[in-house]
Amino acid sequence: MIPSLLDSNLLTPADLVALAIVGPLLAAVGIAVFHRWPNLRETITLVAATGVAWVVWSLAPIVMAGGRPQLTIFEILPGVSFALKVEPLGMLFALVAGTLWLINSIYSIGYMRCNNEPRQTSFYICFAVAIAATLGLAFAQNLFTLFSFYEILTLSTYPLVTHKGTPAAMRAGRVYLLLLLGTSMVLLLPAILATYAFAGTLDFQAGGILSGKVSAAATGILLALYVFGIGKAAIMPFHAWLPNAMVAPTPVSALLHAVAVVKAGVFSILKVVVYVFGIDTVASSPAQPILIAVAMITLILASLIALRKDNLKARLAYSTVSQLAYIVLGALVATSVSVVGAGLHIATHAAGKITLFFCAGAIYLAHRKTEVSSLNGIGRLMPYTMTAFLIASMSLIGLPPLAGMWSKWLLLKGALDAQQLMVVAALMLSSLLSVAYLMPIVARAFFKPLPGFSDSSTPVQRKEAPWPCVFALLVTALLTCVLFFAADAITQLLDPIVSSSNLVTVPSDV
Amino acid sequence: MSAIELHLPALQVVLPLIGAMLAALTRSGRLAWAIALVVTWVTAANAVLLVIQVMNSGVPISYVLGGWSVPIGIEYRVDQLNVFVIALVALLGAVVLPYAKRSVAHEIRPELQYGFYTMYLLCLAGLFGMAITGDAFNAFVFLEVSSLSTYVMIALGRHRRALLASYQYLIMGTIGATFYVIGIGILYLITGTLNFADIASRLPEQMDAFGRPAMVALSFLTVGICLKLALFPLHVWLPNAYAYAPSVATALLAGTATKVAIYLLLRIFFSVFGIEISFRTIPIGQVLIVLSVAAMIIAAVIAVFEENTERMLAYSSVSQIGYITLGIALANQAGLTGGLTHIINHAIMKTTMFLALGAVVYRIGTSMLPNLAGIGRKMPLTMAAFVISGLGLVGVPGTAGFITKWYLVLGALEKGAWPLVAVIVASSLIAVVYVGRVVEVAYFKSPSAELADVKDPPLSMLLPILLLAAATLYFGFDTTWSAEWCAQIATDLLGGTS
Amino acid sequence: MSVIEQFVSHHNYYVTILLMVSGLYIVIASGNMIKKLVGLSLFQTSVYLLYLSPAKIVGGTAPILDEKFQVYSNPLPHVLILTAIVVGIATISLGLAIVVRIYEVYGTIEEDEIFSSDGEI
Repeated sequence: MIPSLLDSNLLTPADLVALAIVGPLLAAVGIAVFHRWPNLRETITLVAATGVAWVVWSLAPIVMAGGRPQLTIFEILPGVSFALKVEPLGMLFALVAGTLWLINSIYSIGYMRCNNEPRQTSFYICFAVAIAATLGLAFAQNLFTLFSFYEILTLSTYPLVTHKGTPAAMRAGRVYLLLLLGTSMVLLLPAILATYAFAGTLDFQAGGILSGKVSAAATGILLALYVFGIGKAAIMPFHAWLPNAMVAPTPVSALLHAVAVVKAGVFSILKVVVYVFGIDTVASSPAQPILIAVAMITLILASLIALRKDNLKARLAYSTVSQLAYIVLGALVATSVSVVGAGLHIATHAAGKITLFFCAGAIYLAHRKTEVSSLNGIGRLMPYTMTAFLIASMSLIGLPPLAGMWSKWLLLKGALDAQQLMVVAALMLSSLLSVAYLMPIVARAFFKPLPGFSDSSTPVQRKEAPWPCVFALLVTALLTCVLFFAADAITQLLDPIVSSSNLVTVPSDV
Repeated sequence: MSAIELHLPALQVVLPLIGAMLAALTRSGRLAWAIALVVTWVTAANAVLLVIQVMNSGVPISYVLGGWSVPIGIEYRVDQLNVFVIALVALLGAVVLPYAKRSVAHEIRPELQYGFYTMYLLCLAGLFGMAITGDAFNAFVFLEVSSLSTYVMIALGRHRRALLASYQYLIMGTIGATFYVIGIGILYLITGTLNFADIASRLPEQMDAFGRPAMVALSFLTVGICLKLALFPLHVWLPNAYAYAPSVATALLAGTATKVAIYLLLRIFFSVFGIEISFRTIPIGQVLIVLSVAAMIIAAVIAVFEENTERMLAYSSVSQIGYITLGIALANQAGLTGGLTHIINHAIMKTTMFLALGAVVYRIGTSMLPNLAGIGRKMPLTMAAFVISGLGLVGVPGTAGFITKWYLVLGALEKGAWPLVAVIVASSLIAVVYVGRVVEVAYFKSPSAELADVKDPPLSMLLPILLLAAATLYFGFDTTWSAEWCAQIATDLLGGTS
Repeated sequence: MSVIEQFVSHHNYYVTILLMVSGLYIVIASGNMIKKLVGLSLFQTSVYLLYLSPAKIVGGTAPILDEKFQVYSNPLPHVLILTAIVVGIATISLGLAIVVRIYEVYGTIEEDEIFSSDGEI
């Protein structure tokens, strides 16, 4: 497997945890220092990304084996430390973010250079800081640390959203900042402080720190504050920042606004449900049905909006909103199966959606096309790209042999276990809708003739995006297949977070 | 104990006073600056020694002037609370001074520069005196010393409106100070003493007979001090004073002057009248909460619409002072800790921001928002410090501002005041907007041609800015010398009287 | 105690309050910067009375340690007010100096005229 840094005994697991966060930050400094030499600058990004991927993959076996490396940096307030601790859910998220950063860096270099984007140095700096924040969030040992990295993530991605500097980008940046900072400060922070007041601690603990300590009504209010306060999860009505964020360069949309930032949101919700409330508390909370209803509305409504969007990135953005609602639903249904399914969906959706964004960016690079309606016959010009698009779409819809199937399966099973038939229906409907908003794109690309050509058999000159981009999108498309077969490993990783009695496995008879 | 150590409390005031006289005699800006530099750094060291002394002794240090014992003579009384304020003022005064040289040379006519440094030292002497004295009337005299020198510093501003701002402040400030004297006078009539501790010990037995005059005295004192600390709606002097004063003066005042006034308010509320009278007998707590909330929201909203960035920061100061008074008004452990911590946090953050703007003025001659287009790329370090402090104002985790907000929200929760939680978070949200406006213009607009040669200021100006910005981050992580110390002070203030 | 008796025995306070309020009124109502300062001075003077009048004992002398004098006035308020007067002088002279500078720059000391020439600040 991967040559582990630990074999050399030079680094303890705790060092690795620190390295995962410090590494990208150092890279950011290096990028700033060497901004005059673009090749060196990009090398730093690639080296750092490789290093981070290596670090997270070295940590994975430790966590699989039951290790929980941790690191307290300092106590900031009485009973509240700035501390890191790797647990399975965070490990999974870190694996997703760390691996995809490497692939995305390759893609970014192709994209940014081909597109002659301005201010590439600040782009790479902010990107590296955002990744550091994501990994910090994934490894957070308590709510305070999580919140800190959550805010840093918002702030470090804001310059990326406004990267173009156009009035539209500035406007989008304002919406982005105000919605994300606003929800976190107005709803999330009071919720965290109230948790502190009730529980006397903010540490994530198995079984939840709030269970049995607060009344049902207070639990309900707190749960609602968390679900809406974590604006990055894009639950309606606080989803508007995500479509707005699409003004950013495509690599940003691909990694940050399909993976890191949004997954940070749903990941935080999962963490809160599992480690702050405890899934039993959530399942019995009076607020659960209401919040499930909100998540279902988000699920369906976002799919419907996606159907009507002609801009490819906007359509993908709304698809993300809807897919995030899957994960929130999984968390809120709060059975061990649904929670594991939600965790798995973080990984599977990440692989699928980043591919789709990569494709959208590749299409833009090669042909300057952004609207779905202008993609007629593009599959013949860019066969690799559009094949990857097809694979990723199928994964998102949930067809075998692709990764998306397992997470949807577990989510459905969890909903059935909990007798949430409405949720089951909503999940099915949403899958149908995702067929409806994704498949026409593929159909257009492959079966409609190119503009100016009478039929689809005339030979044309292929024109793909630069090779780093094509390479990246093929790798992630391949990942969706790999994850189909590796899903069991992920569920094994996640099992310890829910009760140890009923292990969740991917059924072997399917 | 050496002779010097015995006289630290007096030296704290006397040193800048002597320095001011020497500076006045030099008639030379450079020489006066050198004197001021030496004096401020020595007083800063003196303040640090004083802190150590107080920490070691465990009980307040009493220093009687001229050997006249208390309560006949004037006493300098140094405890945790005022040594904390003194150290803050002394350190800020010392950090700002290296910056002052070039900024003052740029903004003030050469023949007046020595006067500026004289006033700077005089102002510091007044502030130290206010904080250190245990005598109510002595505090008034020092209040006026610092105020008068402040008026002069403001009047030295580069725009002619500085004169108007100074005049306005003079009128308001004098009314405030006079209100304070009236309050002290009534207290004197009731108790026959002027020593804070002595008043505190004699007041309870007089409350039955002279309850109403005592309340009148408390009201006069509160209004008078609140004028000086610019509590909404008594803040009208502040925006103009800050906006048109020389940059150095603004930076100094924003960090220190209002903070010492807050100290005086704490002294009156908690040490003299005691929490029982101040907060239970008459509803000063409720009134303060309402005004603080108004300050936090209204002043912040006004800041959003300001085109002059210095005025914007001034309104932001009014809003942030609301945080401090809110913490005081909550009068519980967490709230008071938050309020006290914000004294130091806000002082650091706002001083950084004013210094950064002063550096911008030094380079491009203006601080109007439209002229700042692209300045973030031309003066990267300066504006980075500005942004860090701005994030502190917002209360982003990892900055000092977050710590404050944390304790204030806890304090509000402890009181069961959910609406206050909403106000605190709403106010920091508005801070996002006004800080964000500057960031947008400074970073995402293209610099105009006039800014082609602009770069970060010289090191003597840049270092203080960066140092203070680093402090903003430092106090966001290590709270030993901010929140933890303040928590201890809060315990003393709350426990000593109830 | 009838109202009149109370008034007579406390007349010094009533005078103080009258001075105080009229001083404040002038500060607020007058648009002329010199007149504002006059009002301010009046306001401060009222405080001197507040301190001094209760300290004065009828028939009392300065506190001289001698067999001949039994009744003396409280010296402390007198000393305090001496200080306050000095502070007051400093304030008023600084205020007047600023007004002179304002006149040099703006050519007027009427607030409304200044605001109309420079915009409300």
